[in-house]
Amino acid sequence: MSDIKIGLAGNPNVGKTSLFNQLTGLHQHVGNWPGKTVEKAEGFLNYNKHKINIVDLPGNYALSAHSIEEIVSRDFIVDESSDVIINVIDANNLERNLYLTIQMMELGTNLIIALNMNKFAKKREYYINIKELSKLLGVPVIEIEATDDTGKKELLETVENLAKNPVNSSKKLVYGKELEEHLQDLQRVIEEDKNLLNVPSSWTAIKLLENDDIIIEKVNNSTSCGKIFKELEILKKHLNDVFGESIEEIIANYRYAFIDGLIKETVNKPEIEKVTITEKIDNIVTNRILGLPVFIAIMWAIFQITFIVGFPLQNLIDQLFGVLGEYVLIIFGESWFSSLIVDGIIGGVGGVLTFLPIIFLMFLMISILEDSGYLARAAFVMDKIMHKLVGLHGKAFIPMILGFGCSVPGIMATRTMEHERDRILTMLIIPFMSCSARLPVYALFVAGFFSIYQGEVILSLYLLGIVVAIIIAFLFKKVLFKGMTSPFVMELPSYKLPSVKGVLMHTWEKGYGFIKRAGTIILAASVIIWILSSLPVGVEYGSQMSITGQIGTFISPIFAPLGFGNWQSSISLIFGLVAKEIVVATFCTLFGVAEVGTGMTTLLHGLFTPLSAYSFMVFVLLYVPCFAAIATVKQETSSWKWPLMIIAITTFTAYVVSFIIYQGGLLLGFT
Amino acid sequence: MEEKKNKSIKSLNELKSGEKGTIISFNDNGNSELKRHLLGMGFVKGSEITFEKVAPLGDPIKLRLKGYSICLRKEEAKNIKVQLIN
Repeated sequence: MSDIKIGLAGNPNVGKTSLFNQLTGLHQHVGNWPGKTVEKAEGFLNYNKHKINIVDLPGNYALSAHSIEEIVSRDFIVDESSDVIINVIDANNLERNLYLTIQMMELGTNLIIALNMNKFAKKREYYINIKELSKLLGVPVIEIEATDDTGKKELLETVENLAKNPVNSSKKLVYGKELEEHLQDLQRVIEEDKNLLNVPSSWTAIKLLENDDIIIEKVNNSTSCGKIFKELEILKKHLNDVFGESIEEIIANYRYAFIDGLIKETVNKPEIEKVTITEKIDNIVTNRILGLPVFIAIMWAIFQITFIVGFPLQNLIDQLFGVLGEYVLIIFGESWFSSLIVDGIIGGVGGVLTFLPIIFLMFLMISILEDSGYLARAAFVMDKIMHKLVGLHGKAFIPMILGFGCSVPGIMATRTMEHERDRILTMLIIPFMSCSARLPVYALFVAGFFSIYQGEVILSLYLLGIVVAIIIAFLFKKVLFKGMTSPFVMELPSYKLPSVKGVLMHTWEKGYGFIKRAGTIILAASVIIWILSSLPVGVEYGSQMSITGQIGTFISPIFAPLGFGNWQSSISLIFGLVAKEIVVATFCTLFGVAEVGTGMTTLLHGLFTPLSAYSFMVFVLLYVPCFAAIATVKQETSSWKWPLMIIAITTFTAYVVSFIIYQGGLLLGFT
Repeated sequence: MEEKKNKSIKSLNELKSGEKGTIISFNDNGNSELKRHLLGMGFVKGSEITFEKVAPLGDPIKLRLKGYSICLRKEEAKNIKVQLIN
């Protein structure tokens, strides 16, 4: 019995994550957006007395030092003691997929090729001679279907075999005499330093030619660096003279030439390609005239379905919590304990859990869009707007859409962008996308103050968030990131019918994340509010004499110019920092009502006018995102600079915009 | 003869929907990182490339090469020269 460690490598959208789920059964996100698999997901399975540990590597097109994802994958292959790398390849797209394979072969990786999506390839009349391909590459090639068990057994047998008897995959790689002969001169000097020999010297030589920053740095620390760089210069000059083009181009040409040879020997394709469903759908979805209307219609449908299906469900849960509160009072009688349960816990958590249906539905829609492949089209359709207005990549649009669900996955999704400046700028504006946790707050206030125009008022808040984001991004581009432009290179993957399992898993993960927050952080916050509202001993619960009331009263004048200078609002906003939905929970607890309802509305009318209610909603929309979002930015940027910046910008922006709306509204005669 | 040949050489961004060509040169225009990325995606000399369509708002463009679809902005495509295939 021994452990085997394997890595799953491959291009984005080849079914790598599906295979990972199939093998490990571990819950993990399956997306369909170029570069979605950015995190290192680990899992294991027991096979034939072995424990096989599996790492799902990021989806990459190459192994240069081009992006963080590529570096992560490369480091895993080079540094970590992996026994076998499974390279998942889309049979429909062999040529480009093999480019990554070739680069792993350059590293001499102990490699297995898992050829995926064969059924679809056969439908398109692509015939691949697996045996010949395996022979020419000198690497086992196994046909699989990542969505079911096809080929799984053979794959695992091969993993076991290869773990015992590793194969140096660089042997069959041929790049033509001109390059190879000259590479050898360079290799010879590299081989003089044993510290450089944890990877094949030919690989180091190629990477040096490609101007790979990380390898140049590594060689800089070598004892024979002088000799190596001298030899490198000679080689570069020679290749330039012979080919008259850049070295990177020469090497890419050689790689693709090798692949061309392989394809000619092993693949039989029809002369004229069959029109695929993907093309038929794209003819409509990315159509010159229909593209934008389709996009708007889809976004509209998401919000409609979320609310039409969500609200009745919400009322149902609402009533259940009401009944639960009454039961507790019947069982325990009126006491401090039943007060804690009803006011603190049921009031707090219950007030939030009623919004679960909406949150689940929102994520369900987004998962379907993501897994089907539409989100990449959305980026294609929206890039011009993103580029012109915000100066960002169309890809930034996807994290921003996710931000409407929750800022946390939105912020994490910025990892797919290659340039750090883009990522940071996107992170800075994602908090202005109105996340689903703000919805409970809007729902509470529109029900109480804007009953006729509920939808319109909520929509206006979403739009305001977007407009503010555009202005902030514009200012940042002028001040902090002058003259930045980032290229828009994105694969448009084939459409897939999202698997029910995949979508539900994705939705559950996201929804569960919310439940966890609701269950732990919100519960804790609710109990803290209850305690602060019950002390000092003997004070009436939640009254202005309580500690809560005192803090609120102290800071509330700051908000008076915005229309909500009452202490309840101030306290809600403070606790809203933990998570925005707690704003509602706080009002519930402070008013001593178990759930949002007519009683609540009456109490709110004592504190707000329609104008100040709108101003308050705007403040909730724009001010500091929840701690979870701030912590995610800290984690993603590994510094406190950007999270602190976000706190400062959002607070300032919220105050200014709410001020303008309230004072402007008063001037225009609104109340 | 020479002139006729030049006419069939265009920048990738100038192609019309449905037009097809072979990549003949790729000027990195100072952005070597972009070029390296595109080379890996298959934008090497001799690759056949089909201009599929322009996005609804006029940019970016959707291309097909090596059996898959990819999109690029026009400003990124203009550094790639193709020889038209009829």
